[in-house]
Formats: sequence, structure tokens, C-alpha cells
Amino acid sequence: MELLRFITCGSVDDGKSTLIGRLLYESKLLYADHLAALEADSRRVGTRGGELDFALLVDGLAAEREQGITIDVAYRFFATEARRFIVADTPGHEQYTRNMVTGASTADAAVLLLDARKGVLSQTRRHARIVSLLGIRHVAVAVNKLDLLEYSQEVFEKIQAEFPDTTCIPMSATEGVNVIGHSELTPWYDGPTLLQWLESVVVETEEDGPSRFLVQWVNRPDATFRGFSGRVLRGTLRQGDEVRVGERTSTVDRIVTMDGDLAEAPKGSSVTVVLADDVDASRGDVLAAASDPPAVADAFQAHLVWLSEAGLMPGRRYLAKIGARTVGFTATKALQLNEIGTDTVHFEAPVPFESYRTNRDLGSFVVLDRLTNATVGAGMIDCALRSSNLRWQTLTVDKQARISRNGHRPCVVWLTGLSGAGKSTIADLVEKALHAAGRHTFLLDGDNVRHGLNSDLGFSDADRVENIRRIAEVAALMVDAGLIVLVSFISPFRAERALARELVAENEFCEVYVDTPLAVAEQRDPKGLYARARRGELANFTGIDSPYEPPENPEIRLDTTALSPAEAASAVVARLRSLGIC
Amino acid sequence: MNHLDTLEADSIDIFREAVAESERPVLLYSIGKDSSVLLHLARKAFYPSKPPFPLLHVDTTWKFREMIAFRDRIVAELGLELIVHRNPECVALGINPFDHGSARHTDLWKTQGLRQALDAGRFDVAFGGARRDEEASRAKERVFSFRTAQHRWDPKNQRPELWRLYNTRVAPGESIRVFPLSNWTELDVWRYVERERIPVVPLYFAAQRQVVDRDGLLIMVDDDRMPLVSPPRTELVRFRTLGCYPLTGAVRSEARTVSEIVEEMRAATTSERQGRLIDHDQSGSMERKKQEGYF
Repeated sequence: MELLRFITCGSVDDGKSTLIGRLLYESKLLYADHLAALEADSRRVGTRGGELDFALLVDGLAAEREQGITIDVAYRFFATEARRFIVADTPGHEQYTRNMVTGASTADAAVLLLDARKGVLSQTRRHARIVSLLGIRHVAVAVNKLDLLEYSQEVFEKIQAEFPDTTCIPMSATEGVNVIGHSELTPWYDGPTLLQWLESVVVETEEDGPSRFLVQWVNRPDATFRGFSGRVLRGTLRQGDEVRVGERTSTVDRIVTMDGDLAEAPKGSSVTVVLADDVDASRGDVLAAASDPPAVADAFQAHLVWLSEAGLMPGRRYLAKIGARTVGFTATKALQLNEIGTDTVHFEAPVPFESYRTNRDLGSFVVLDRLTNATVGAGMIDCALRSSNLRWQTLTVDKQARISRNGHRPCVVWLTGLSGAGKSTIADLVEKALHAAGRHTFLLDGDNVRHGLNSDLGFSDADRVENIRRIAEVAALMVDAGLIVLVSFISPFRAERALARELVAENEFCEVYVDTPLAVAEQRDPKGLYARARRGELANFTGIDSPYEPPENPEIRLDTTALSPAEAASAVVARLRSLGIC
Repeated sequence: MNHLDTLEADSIDIFREAVAESERPVLLYSIGKDSSVLLHLARKAFYPSKPPFPLLHVDTTWKFREMIAFRDRIVAELGLELIVHRNPECVALGINPFDHGSARHTDLWKTQGLRQALDAGRFDVAFGGARRDEEASRAKERVFSFRTAQHRWDPKNQRPELWRLYNTRVAPGESIRVFPLSNWTELDVWRYVERERIPVVPLYFAAQRQVVDRDGLLIMVDDDRMPLVSPPRTELVRFRTLGCYPLTGAVRSEARTVSEIVEEMRAATTSERQGRLIDHDQSGSMERKKQEGYF
């Protein structure tokens, strides 16, 4: 019997839990002891004056029963003569949208409920959007609580007009109207009842396509056996198939299961693959049809749903789990809790992928917080932005060639410190000395860059993060170009300075802490900024009303109360020399 | 792939994800039919390797004798590592359902015992055989269910769980309970037992057994520790679930084979949990027990 996984969704109090309870009850799927418990619970905590309160069948948490609301998704199982069902009853409250998304991510169909008296609410639209975003193709709109409007055809048709090309069903879940069978109370309706609709939904399978096998676990019981345990995510994997993993190709020698070897494994099977050659594959790799392997990329256009109270901070480093890999992740636009957006996202390592439309398993990812480990977001890949098919473009003139030509190694010299600490003055002197010695240099100055590349950014924490992220990327490009890059930025946050360090090789980053006490910097106040900040004319000023996180282990610390600018610059040049950079 | 094939493949997928991303996994083996299916799936997931984790049985000294015999036979046949934990405080105090009541008996032996065993083994992942169709609070639980360092479940603040992308990340001391059978129903379990010929404890099959009436349940007299008000009688009964024998009700049944059980199930009008005293102590008792660390 074919399985249908569906959700009920819609705004709060539109009758979702009641509908499921009614479905289970009417299709005689409730065990006697469950029914007895329901009767007792309805009398004790029910909201229907002692009548059966069907919501209590699915609202299984104490807090839900106390408050009469649904907090988290409940999964119920039932079957009719025609079909087997798993229904996820999802919460309507906006604050629990993340739980609705959880239920929707594995559904084939959705029943969107609305209260006929209230019509289409913003939460109804949000759920409709999430349903569409997650690729649920089959949607029915249940126009509920029509019993309270004397089954008005006019109201129903007005709502129906808002959902063109969608099945709309006039309904009363509490009275059981048009849930299982047609009701005499809506003689003007000749469409399907809810159960008829559910039984008739045709779940189309994804187009077959080239094979994709995700390696989850390398299986090595002893020295004689080395297999890859994982799952066929697309197509059919056959013994003898030529497959590619990364840069290598091999042949499927065996498809192993505890019940014996298989000749082929269809999409969805969990098997263990043995290759003919000693190919080094590991967790997260994709064995793919050699003739048509998936693309590999690290930058994507994606749809994001944000699931955490702490909003998405552009440029902040999160983790993303995609397939069986977990990699560093950054996004470029801010999102608040329950917000949905299209965004440019970056993974810290290239991953094999397919668009979500083509293959859900290789096109979806979740975003995890590095510190709390919470699941904070979910994403669906639309397309790659820098599609490097299988590899980075190999460039003939590479960094090594530039080092040979220039006669010195490139690096980033990152000066951080309070406004007025003396960063720009020192950076300028350092560059002069290096330039005179024939080194190839460039100076990125905070104020100057804010006039051009970063002219769209302000001084909020989010904008500061983005400001530094861009500069870190530019500096890394310049290192690739062979330059010694002097960066003179307040750069107040450790996390973003750590990002800048990670973008280049280990010996290519030199953090210089221009250490000037706040009182001294404020006294110098070369641009008169501290005075303005103190007068309240400048908001978010570092050191005054915006934090500065000093470096913990800088390569160089310059105490500007003890050193003149010239002495400080000499100290930097000397240190660069001892690091073998110039 | 048919329905059971898909359920099987999903469960294997879950086992592999959990093992690949954890340091010290363990499988909670309670000897019942769900545990038997769970163990069978674990063997399939890692074949030809053995499941790369030990089994943990939290014993109460009140299990049916046939369960213990079955457990020891299976573990020996498959050559698996078995950890048996009995809460030493319960052993010392002689905690039992007759003198201390089912609620305290279950809390001390099972909930506290489980927490002790998980702490002692420093396990960061524990597989369990719970299903969402069992009970209303289970229906709400994630497949990968986060537990604090105090083993607490916070039902109001579960991690979102999308697609098959399971979040396995925990801080030291925290752990994840993993339920590979989440989307199986009782009927699925029996159909799979039938298809795969998985051995189960003979108590599941109807036989003439010595029973007495107790608290509205039909209780089998498994040894002489149970105080008897009236002499036991012989009835043709079987068990739908297994636990501590004084707390587990038998059902009158003639189903002597797995296929007869499947037939009986199709016509069943009561749930399997009806035979469990501990779930009926108070409404919502399962949720509370789970919050305290019960499986």
C-alpha cells in the first residue's frame, strides 16, 4: 500500500489538531483505551464543554494541554483501505514556525487550514510560502469552521478565489463535515472530501537521473574488506557501473548487504559498496555515475529559513551540514527568527551538490551554531555562484610563480586597535620602508575603503562584521597576487580577525596590536571623533559605546605610550624580516 | 522498494549517521520485540562489520526469566558485548513494585539506573527502540533527541530536525537519544519480524500460563516473589509488550505464530500500552518520566 506523508498547517486555532483527531476517530482508527483516555481528558482539560476534544489526541505535551495550543509537531500513523498515511500535525503559532518547518521538510502533501471567519491571515500566507519553498507540490486548502457561518457558500467562494488552481474544501472539523464523506450541509459543493483528496494524491517520484551514492561510513571489519556504507540518493547503482569519486574513477565491484550481494540498488537503498580499485573515499564523498557526476562548488544562491531567536549575522561563521559533511558556513544577508530569504552563502570547502529542485538530499542543508550547537537555519540550494565543475580552475601563473618573480613572500600585516591608536601612521611608515626596499606592497586603510568598496556599510555590529569580511577577502586576493598587504582597521571583533587569518595560509598572516589605552587615544583624538562621540553625536563608537576585543596572541604588540611611530614601524619591519617575509 | 524496505533503509541510515558522528555510542537493549528489530537493523547497518557499540541492559531483577535467558542466548550467538546494569541502591534497598509501588520502582530501577549506566560509560549516543505511535509524547519527539548533561529532555525547546540532516553536535556531558524506529508502527514491527524471521522472546506467543488478576491486569506468576491473594489459574495468554513481570499485563490470545499475531493486530481494538501499568500511573506520566531521563 502506497504511503502518503502529509502535514496539516495554517494559523493558530484554525483547527488542525481537531481535524486530525476527527480523521482518526471517523476512520475508526482509535484504540478503545485511547478513546477512553480521550473521553476522560476531554472532561478534565477539554475546551469543548465535556464533548470529545479531538485536539487532545495529538497535543500530547503537558504544556500543550494546559495552554490549549500546539507547540511541536506530532506524528500520527493511520491507514484506510486505499492507503497508508503519516500525518504531521504542525503548530500554528509564529514562534513555533521552526517546528512547522521540521514537519514540512519530509512531507509530500499539505493541508492548509484556515478559519472561514478570519480568512487568509499573515501566518496562513507564511505557511503557504514555506510549503511551496520546501517543494511540496500537493496542497489542499481546508476552509474550516464553516458551521459557525451556516455553511455560507459565498464566504467559501470568496476564500477560494484567493487560491487559484488549488483544491479548496468547505469543512467543519468539529462537526465532521466533508472530512470523510460528503455532507448534506454543503449541497453546493461537489469536489472531493478531505479523505478522498488524500487518497487520490499521486506522489510523483523524482526523475531517475544519474546515480548518486552518499558515503556515510567507511566499513573496514578487517584487512581484507574495505567498503563504503551509505545510501543511494538518486538513480540506480549497479554492479559493474563506472563511478567517479572526486578526481578518481573506479568500478562498482560488489553491492553488499547482510542478505547477500545485490546486482543493483535503487534510489533510497542503504547498502555497502566495494570498489574494484583501492580508491580513497571517505565520509561525505559522493560516488557518482562517471559519465555525469554532480558539480562541486563552495558558493551558492540559496533560500534560507532562519530558525533561531538570535538572528542570522552576515559574515559570521556558522557550520552547515550538507549530505554527510559539516563545513564552515557564512551568509551575506541578515535574517530574523522565522524569516525566509534568498541569499548568497559560502561554504568553507567545496561540496558536491545538486539544486534542491533536482534532488532534495544533495540540495538541502541545515545551519548549526558553533557555540551552542543549536540548529539555527535551513537552506535549499538554487544554484552555484562559482560553479567549478569538479575542481578549481588550475591557473598556470600561481602564487609560487609570483613569489619567484617578486623575490619575496606575500602576507597580510593586520593592524588592529582603537581609533586614534596610530594604526594608519604606523602602517604608512612601514609601507614606505618596504617600498624603499623594493617590496611589492599595498595599504588598505579603514577610512579610505569606507569611501568606496564599503560605502554602503554603517557602524552597527552587523555592518562591522561585513566590513571586515570584505576586507579580509580583498586582502586574501592581494596575497594571491603576491603582495605584502598592510591592513589598518579598528577591526574590533576577534571572530572576524580570526576569519581574516583563516583565509590565507598559516605563515601569511601577521596580527599587529597597536596597543593604546583608551584614555591616551581619546586625549590624542586627531580627528575630533572621541569628542563628538562623548557629546552623543556619534553612535556605535568603538571604546565608547561599542566594544573592542583586544587580540589574545598577536604576532606583534606595539605599546604606543613607549614607542614613537618611527620606532613602532621599525619594530614591525624587523619582525617581518625575522618571519622571513621581507 | 516497498514500505518495509523504505523503513529499513531509513533506520540503517540513522544508525550510520549516529555512529559516524559520535564518540561512544551504545544500544539500549530491553529484550522486547522492538529491541530485537533494533538489533537486527544495527547488524544490517554495519555488516560485514559487527555493530561498533555495546548493548546496555538496565536490569531491574524483576524481568521475566524467559527474557533474561533469551538475552543471554542472543548475545552469545551474535558475539556482542553486553553491559548489564542494576542500580546498586535498588539492590541494597530491595526495591520492588509490591512494597514501593510501580512509580517508584520504575523511577529508581529504570530511570535512575539508566542515568547511572550512561554516565558510567560516558556514552554520547544511546540508541533506543521507541516508536512515535506508542504514546502521545513520543509522537512529538525527534529522531535525534537532545539530552542535557542531567539527561533531561526539554519538549518545549527541541532542535528543529529537517529532512534527514540530523544534528549530532553536543557539548561534553550532553548526549543524544537516537530512535531509529521512530516512524515504525507496531504492525510494521511484527510484519518485519515475520519477513526477516527475527527471533523474539517466546512470551509473545500464546501458551498456557499461570496468571492472577492484579490491578485490573492479568499478571503471570513468573516466580515465588509475588504475594498471592488467591491461587493462580491457567489461561491461554500472550504478551504484547514485555517489562517487569508484576507490571506487565497478559492478553487472552490464541496467536501462536508471528503471522497469527499480525492477523490479531489487524483486528485489535486496544493499544499495546494498555497492558503496561507504568504508563497509566498518571496522565502525561510518560512525558514526565522522559524529562527525568527515562527512555
